[in-house]
Amino acid sequence: MSKNKIVNREGGYLVAVIGDEDTVTGFLMAGVGKKDAKQSNYFVVSSKETPLQAIEEAFIGFTNRDDIAIILINQFIANQIRHVVNNFQKPVPAILEIPSKEHPYQPSKDSILQRVRNMLGNTD
Amino acid sequence: MSGTGTRLAVVPSRMTLQQMKAKLAGATKGHSMLKKKSDALLVRFRSILKDIMEQKTAAGDQSKDSMLSLALAKYTFGEELKYVVMENVSEPANKIKLTPDNVAGVMIPAFATYQESAATGGLGSNAKDPSQRGGTLTGLSKGGQQVSEARESFQKSLLMLISLASLQTAFIILDLAIKLTNRRVNALENVVKPRINNTISYIISELDELEREEFFRLKLIQNKKDRERRIKEAEEMKHRDERAKSALGGFDNAHFQKESLIGAATGGEDADVIF
Repeated sequence: MSKNKIVNREGGYLVAVIGDEDTVTGFLMAGVGKKDAKQSNYFVVSSKETPLQAIEEAFIGFTNRDDIAIILINQFIANQIRHVVNNFQKPVPAILEIPSKEHPYQPSKDSILQRVRNMLGNTD
Repeated sequence: MSGTGTRLAVVPSRMTLQQMKAKLAGATKGHSMLKKKSDALLVRFRSILKDIMEQKTAAGDQSKDSMLSLALAKYTFGEELKYVVMENVSEPANKIKLTPDNVAGVMIPAFATYQESAATGGLGSNAKDPSQRGGTLTGLSKGGQQVSEARESFQKSLLMLISLASLQTAFIILDLAIKLTNRRVNALENVVKPRINNTISYIISELDELEREEFFRLKLIQNKKDRERRIKEAEEMKHRDERAKSALGGFDNAHFQKESLIGAATGGEDADVIF
């Protein structure tokens, strides 16, 4: 599969975050995300007031950028834009669904885990 | 016998038969190699599946801990923590490096973090290494311990998520590669090889047919020539017979005439005439 070209960018790849305030704050403290004058943020804070369309656009924007290797997204947000997340089939950037404070982790909703479970058969 | 199944449109000849046999050998070889590749990918795939399940749950627990420590930090520092952090994001401290991993010819990127040395230790958010973290200003007034604990906790979960991302990417790529390889294996096994086999049997039967036709034709010609020869011979025989008869007849006549001539000339049996 020569189509999967693996080239390291000059400045390395970045991790983007889409999540609620707490998640974003935590991961920003851990040292991801970038903010500079000309480019848009590498993190998106979403609250209940954020329109779905804005989240979708942010997600699609992240997936189309070539300097992002991993997208962290809160699972409840991923559930809201599930059709967009499921539509995205490319290996890079990797989409990781992470739990948030108010929403416990539901492995059954994760699109990757669903596929894993399908292949393993009924493990639990 | 040759008309069953699909076959390639070829002219049945010895040369195409040789070509088809070479093609069949190539298809067989390719089939066995692809099968091996598919097996190798599957072995890797199975080991990844298990790891993904384990790491997903572990990462879930870890982020629960992170959230708790963040809550602690917020409690001590105050609600404005998130604004302080968000306002001071500049260069990311953790960047991702892709290292290719080759599994049976399939490239799989593995993610690894590295710390950019030029990263500025901004206000708490982007400290690049533990020694510098102490020098950052977030939590200077209060709750510094909790803030750095929360940061460490989140860094831990970030590392876990990154290794999980590697597995997940490998999972997606391997899944695609296995599907593709299996499709190729099945296509070779169920479409290409039968078609070549059909073509070969078609060519062989056609060549046999040609050979039989040729044999029949030769026999036919031989028969015809034989018959013609026999007719000719018979004719010639008849002709010779006739000629012989006619020649004999002529001779007889002449003989008789000659005798009669002699007889006439000599005037019958005259004993005195000496030749």
